[in-house]
Amino acid sequence: MGIRFILMVNKQGQTRLAQYYEWLTLEERRALEGEIVRKCLARNDQQIRFELMFEFLCSYAGVLAGWLALNEQCSFVEHRNYKIVYRRYASLFFMVGVDDDENELAILEFIHLLVETMDKHFGNVCELDIMFHLEKAHFMLEEMVMNGCIVETSKANILSPIQLMDKAH
Amino acid sequence: MNSIFSGTRLRDMIRSIRACKTAAEERGVVRKECADIRASINENDPHDRHRNLAKLMFIHMLGYPTHFGQMECLKLIASPGFPEKRIGYLGLMLLLDERQEVLMLVTNSLKQDLNHTNQYVVGLALCALGNICSAEMARDLAPEVERLIQFRDPNIRKKAALCSTRIVRKVPDLAENFINAASSLLKEKHHGVLITGVQLCYELCTINDEALEYFRKKCTEGLIKTLKDITNSAYQPEYDVAGITDPFLHIRLLKLLRVLGHGDADASDLMTDILAQVATKTESNKNAGNAVLYECVETIMAIEDTSSLRVLAINILGRFLSNRDNNIRYVALNMLMKAIAFDDQAVQRHRVTILECVKDPDASIRKRALELVSLLVNENNVKQLTKELIDYLEISDEDFKEDLSAKICSIVEKFSLEKIWYIDQMLKVLSEAGKFVKDDVWHALIVVISNASELHGYTVRALYKAVLTYSEQETLVRVAIWCIGEYGDLLVNNVGMLGIEDPITVTESDAVDVVEDAITRHNSDMTTKAMALVALLKLSSRFPSISERIKDTIVKQKGSLLLEMQQRAIEFNSIVDRHKNIRSSLVERMPVLDEATFNVRRAGSLPASVSTMAKPSVSIPNGVAAAPLVDLLDLGSDDIMAAPSSSGADFLQDLLGVDLGSSSVQSGATPGPKAGADLLMDILSIGTPSPAQNNTSSVDLLSTAGINNNPSNALDTLSSPALPHIATTASAGGMFDLLDGLTPSPSKEATNGPAYPPIVAYESSTLKIEFTFSKSSGNPQETNVQATFINLSPNTFTYFIFQAAVPKFLQLHLDPASSNTLPASGNITQNLRVTNSQHGKKSLVMRMRIGYKVNGKDVLEEGQINNFPRGL
Repeated sequence: MGIRFILMVNKQGQTRLAQYYEWLTLEERRALEGEIVRKCLARNDQQIRFELMFEFLCSYAGVLAGWLALNEQCSFVEHRNYKIVYRRYASLFFMVGVDDDENELAILEFIHLLVETMDKHFGNVCELDIMFHLEKAHFMLEEMVMNGCIVETSKANILSPIQLMDKAH
Repeated sequence: MNSIFSGTRLRDMIRSIRACKTAAEERGVVRKECADIRASINENDPHDRHRNLAKLMFIHMLGYPTHFGQMECLKLIASPGFPEKRIGYLGLMLLLDERQEVLMLVTNSLKQDLNHTNQYVVGLALCALGNICSAEMARDLAPEVERLIQFRDPNIRKKAALCSTRIVRKVPDLAENFINAASSLLKEKHHGVLITGVQLCYELCTINDEALEYFRKKCTEGLIKTLKDITNSAYQPEYDVAGITDPFLHIRLLKLLRVLGHGDADASDLMTDILAQVATKTESNKNAGNAVLYECVETIMAIEDTSSLRVLAINILGRFLSNRDNNIRYVALNMLMKAIAFDDQAVQRHRVTILECVKDPDASIRKRALELVSLLVNENNVKQLTKELIDYLEISDEDFKEDLSAKICSIVEKFSLEKIWYIDQMLKVLSEAGKFVKDDVWHALIVVISNASELHGYTVRALYKAVLTYSEQETLVRVAIWCIGEYGDLLVNNVGMLGIEDPITVTESDAVDVVEDAITRHNSDMTTKAMALVALLKLSSRFPSISERIKDTIVKQKGSLLLEMQQRAIEFNSIVDRHKNIRSSLVERMPVLDEATFNVRRAGSLPASVSTMAKPSVSIPNGVAAAPLVDLLDLGSDDIMAAPSSSGADFLQDLLGVDLGSSSVQSGATPGPKAGADLLMDILSIGTPSPAQNNTSSVDLLSTAGINNNPSNALDTLSSPALPHIATTASAGGMFDLLDGLTPSPSKEATNGPAYPPIVAYESSTLKIEFTFSKSSGNPQETNVQATFINLSPNTFTYFIFQAAVPKFLQLHLDPASSNTLPASGNITQNLRVTNSQHGKKSLVMRMRIGYKVNGKDVLEEGQINNFPRGL
């Protein structure tokens, strides 16, 4: 089993969607989410500070500083016995907890696929779409991941049962 | 119908939760909503169910309990409509888990839905089953799932395949039933079915060896062809990611090939071409391509040796490592750790780059790189690598220093080439990150220093210089004041100068300044202060010219708020004041600490010391026990040396040695330790040699370790689990030795006819039982057996009970055991009397059973003892 949980969290650290593929008690989940969110958001702040400093440098030293590569922080954090692969899209963080031997780059690609699929359905997906259509977001996830494994990678195949239901109403 | 889906009240609830400014406000809203939902559930209106469950899911996501809605899920699942079923199954997956009994009720609904005529309902049921099924459900529903793998619609086939992976994981016995179905899935063209089929095969291979053999024989070539087709396939918009067709499927296929190729040369040979093709042809400028390359490298390294491929793999990793993208560098570091196992040289070539990664601003990269560096270290590069790491320690982030210093220490200890190098490096670490260094590390440093007699002068001078600059580093200060206390005279007289040193002028009062500073500084902790006090006592003898000043400082500590300090100050003051004639011999240098013994002890107590470190509050009494004891021991070191049981190697052992000695005086045991103990007590209770006083002074000594008990049960207290800090410190082994040394009573053996050798009656990983024998005078049939139970585990056994049974020709009498609590590495004894009616014809045999509780769990061990000496 590769994927152990999928979280969507906003910039304030509030969970907007949580799907676990292994059983954790309510307390464990709350603690885990809190820790992970704190860790990832702190890294992100660091990143923003770095970017600001970089811009500042550029404005002073101009072209010279432009030579410096903007080195982004990597998208992986190790936490307990999980590896968290996370990526930020606008105000929303997508975090996927995986086993140690999972291909991190592939998970990153999977997050992108998830966002693209949601975009295709909602049209430029945002936090509110997921909040107010939580069940739909879950249905999409259900079509993509089952028991921690990827089921389907084609956006059309993922969305067809959901669109079918929408038409029925 | 549509009022259910767009239910305004769900929106209202989300809005009002979103509007909450504080957590308390949110709790209020949720509480009110939960109350409404409960009320609505009680009314049992089917129209509200859908909306209630949608709300509950939201509340559940926020982290509030929602168990009261579980039955609603079941009702929705049982209802005929698809929308109700759909939300019911979703609720089932989110709100319930496989351990709840409610789940048993759903098995029947699932069975019906798996046979439903509507394929979307079947899909829902499969999905739910795949996410939450328990072992029992797996057994009940496996035939349905097996049938569905051959269903006409690919969307059902792929879900049935993944559902099977869960089933075989829950009930590995069922694996055989799925092997054929799985291999047929591998021939599919539909990507969803293919990827799930590959995952099912992977799962089967990992749990069942027969399946592995089967797929290796029958499917390897087919899989290679599939991979080839996908790699070379024309552009498929639906599956294309950055020019690569379905990277997810690529990765799954490579993963399966890895399992098939591992440990099988033929299969590995077959896949060489395709792996080489993937490794060379895959575009590496996008993440998707790199993900495939990464997986390919991992597969190449796992399958059987094909060296040309491995060169290719290492080159890819090299490219990854120099990539600007941190994600790529992270996975490169990760893979290099695995690569080091088969090609150390190739990885060593990237050493410089890896060292740069240790200094990366990104914490995840740093952590990986540090792990990798510690694997790269060998005799040839240790000096250079250590230098680099220590240089970086000076400028690294505070929160990274702990990890970094721990790694440096372990590297330095592992490869300590020369003592002077070791001492130099450790001093640097202590100066830069002293507050992060663990206790056992600086303890080890002191042991090494004490052994390196030719470096005493050099070390104490280096420490003196360091402590002037880095006085805020607690552990550095501790080591420095210990050395100044021991070798203060070498410091002021510049004794034993090495060629590399610059001469420094340190007056006696300069040296005392450092120690005084440590004792008066408000943020010094108890251990440091105690060590400083002892150092002062030593210096009072080394530097007679300023002993008045030192005395004043000691006297000031009489007012210390810490009981331990107060007490020591009074004692030391009386030594300085009234016993000038014996003082110099009292405070002589510590005998050289035995390195080998220390290392054995340290290794033995490692797991225990970790648990101590987890709780810093406990470490205070610990430290106290270790530090002042150094010198209590020293005071009487000569005498203790005479006692057979203590070697003076371990500080704490000598605390125990003293304690043991005094308690054995009370119980009137062997004369050896008694002499030692008496002498020691004389020293401690200076000038008051009456026996009554002896006892109190031994109690005083014990109170060092936080025991304020009646002397008569001092030993019991020590070995009781109520004192975790004793049990967990480095000397657990020491205690064991001491007690062990005393248990067999040699006097008995000496007086009774032929001696029988003691035997080890039983030994498991946690417990050892030794028997010693003696004959009752007058009755040859009767044997006295003293059983010693030794706890080999780091846990305390409580409610320890030993039972024994013997054949009819024997009679057995058991005395009560010395205790029913067996502390970690401690022991208890019990006497047995065996009467052998067939004496001379048959030898003893015994069955025994031991029961005890450890960490709240009952443990039962049984065994038969056949190795009694003949003739008993």
